[in-house]
Amino acid sequence: MRFYEYEARKIVELAGIPVTKYGFCTTAEEAHKAAEEIGGPTVIKSQVLSGGRMKAGGVKFADTPEEAAEHAEAILRLEINGHMPRGVLVDPKAEVKQEYYASVVWDGTAKRPLMLFSDMGGIDIEEVAETHPDHVGRGHLSNLFPISDFEAKQTIAATGVTGSPLNRATPILAKLARLFRDYDMTLAEINPLAELTDGSFVALDAHMEMENEAVGRQKALLRKHLEIAEDDTRETYEPSDFERNVAAIDAADHRGVIQGKDHGFEGNLGLVIGAGGGSLTLTDAVRSQGGKPANYSEIGGNPSVAKACGLAKEVLEKDGVEKIAVMMSIVSNTRVDIVARGVIKACLELGKDPGETIAIFRIPGAWEDEGFKILNRYGVEYCDRSVSMWEAAGRAVAKIQGTPA
Amino acid sequence: MSILLSKETTFIVQGITGREAVNLTRECLDYGSKVVGGVTPGRKGREVHGVPVFDTVAQAVENYGGPIDGSVVTVPPAFTKDAVLEAIENGIKLIVIVTERIPRRDVAQMVELAEMRGARIIGPNCLGLIVPEVCKMGGIGGPAKDAAKAYAPGPVGVMSRSGGMTTEISSSLTQAGLGVSTAISIGGDAIIGSTYAELMPYFEADEQTQAIVIYTEPGGRMEAQLSEWVAENNSRLPIVAFMAGKFMDDEEMKGMSFGHAGTIVEGKEDTATEKIARLAEAGITVAEEIPQIPELIKEKIGARASV
Repeated sequence: MRFYEYEARKIVELAGIPVTKYGFCTTAEEAHKAAEEIGGPTVIKSQVLSGGRMKAGGVKFADTPEEAAEHAEAILRLEINGHMPRGVLVDPKAEVKQEYYASVVWDGTAKRPLMLFSDMGGIDIEEVAETHPDHVGRGHLSNLFPISDFEAKQTIAATGVTGSPLNRATPILAKLARLFRDYDMTLAEINPLAELTDGSFVALDAHMEMENEAVGRQKALLRKHLEIAEDDTRETYEPSDFERNVAAIDAADHRGVIQGKDHGFEGNLGLVIGAGGGSLTLTDAVRSQGGKPANYSEIGGNPSVAKACGLAKEVLEKDGVEKIAVMMSIVSNTRVDIVARGVIKACLELGKDPGETIAIFRIPGAWEDEGFKILNRYGVEYCDRSVSMWEAAGRAVAKIQGTPA
Repeated sequence: MSILLSKETTFIVQGITGREAVNLTRECLDYGSKVVGGVTPGRKGREVHGVPVFDTVAQAVENYGGPIDGSVVTVPPAFTKDAVLEAIENGIKLIVIVTERIPRRDVAQMVELAEMRGARIIGPNCLGLIVPEVCKMGGIGGPAKDAAKAYAPGPVGVMSRSGGMTTEISSSLTQAGLGVSTAISIGGDAIIGSTYAELMPYFEADEQTQAIVIYTEPGGRMEAQLSEWVAENNSRLPIVAFMAGKFMDDEEMKGMSFGHAGTIVEGKEDTATEKIARLAEAGITVAEEIPQIPELIKEKIGARASV
């Protein structure tokens, strides 16, 4: 789950990391008031879940509250990479002496969180790591033991930072590491972490992402402190009708799991496929052999006839879909006969001939003999495990293109 | 020979009274595995297919009268960490975590404790492992008669990020007359207990294993880690890899996850194209399609034998 900058700022603040006195505003009037309260020059930043704000004109500087209001007005109406802003952040224009970088991410190989620190803040950390590796400090953290300040100190000192900046930055990085772990983040980044002309440190910009699997147990933070609504899921794109309908069918029945996605797909061959790895393999197999999938889907965990039928119907009703291919890797849990019943039912309910509509049925495994009997009755072409997933996908593609397999 | 399991391996099932766990217990017993107990808090005194159910792992160990080798954990995500820590602290050394949707922090905690206690975790989000005609630990391959159809004993070790594809690939090896030494569904999450590279030393030491097949997907650094391991250890085992999810390289798919939680392209290194290049650099053959795998393996084993 992604957070807006103003929310990330709040999270950092809750963890006890100093931030500037900022205001989150949704109107020009609020921005005027916030700038007035700050007093002096301000920065107006678009609150949007997209990078490249600066380039798109989503960050502007103002000397007076009037100017701040003007900029806010414009930024609030500015779409950035297809996203409308949720508001603007009004921030004092800080007198920065030096910019640093601090973050915590997962190191999947070490299976531990990894702290990163650099005295070259404000720019892309991957670039710094490539061009100035001695300016990036790294430190792995335990998942079981409390995080001590010295671990942060070691990471910072590795970049050559010493004196007052070392002592000021140490508790900030340690707190960032604790919040990363406590709040199940997958990314907790402060960039830049600024040393102001008076020697104090503040987080000028923060970027946070929380693991989706942990959203359920972080309700105190999400609902109480950040006031994020339950249905505000922050998907990378707006779900389509197809995606919404499939999700609703899945939620209506606890037996088995179905999923459907069509973002980025616009072909004529509907895919009713499974399970996780099988769906990835089959989507590739269709595309590699010249087929054009209309969607991606997953069937797993032995769904009911109604669920399999529901998914097949949604796929069949998509614009441009001429036939469906029903394919899975060898199943041990999902029953072949139940999926067969479901997809045939879908065809019949839509007034289509299953034998014509189902280009191929390739699901070998549990209850396959029963399944094949049903498919036979309706004249659907099916195959067992002696026909590979690759070959089955190829037959479906050949059929829809009207060429003999 | 085989890795991690033998005819004598004993294990329990944590969460044994759940619907899926009851099926899994039946399947394992039918296959000849030694399921010596089950745990579901509050259900002590019951039986599942003749397997006694206990409230705690300690009770199961006491009832068995000696150390138990393994545990298959199939409890809801919110309780998984506690169940796994309980298993580890009661001396269990091989833990298969079936549960999916466990936050990474919990997985990392379980893995760290397992390292400290000398235990090994397979999964989460996996179907377990199987040594054909010897032992099946988890739902891998399904009911005993189906598992027998897909898994015949042979010289190929299989490791896969997808449970279903473990069986699909093993079945292709079995049909081609090759067969499998040990097949492991390693799990589809971003952080898992045992990666390809971490399991390679076991296969390397196993006389039966003459080649390895891996099934892999976009996301993460696990394949890069395997490539590094192969380069550093001068392995005797030829490896054939199959990469699914090439369509995820498309620009529109960036940041989306398909199939498994760990399958998401975040950085440049995560893409299928990039991974295939790395595997190839390490001398690992990448098969375009699954039907090629048995042929490639036969060639490789033949080439080694004639050296």
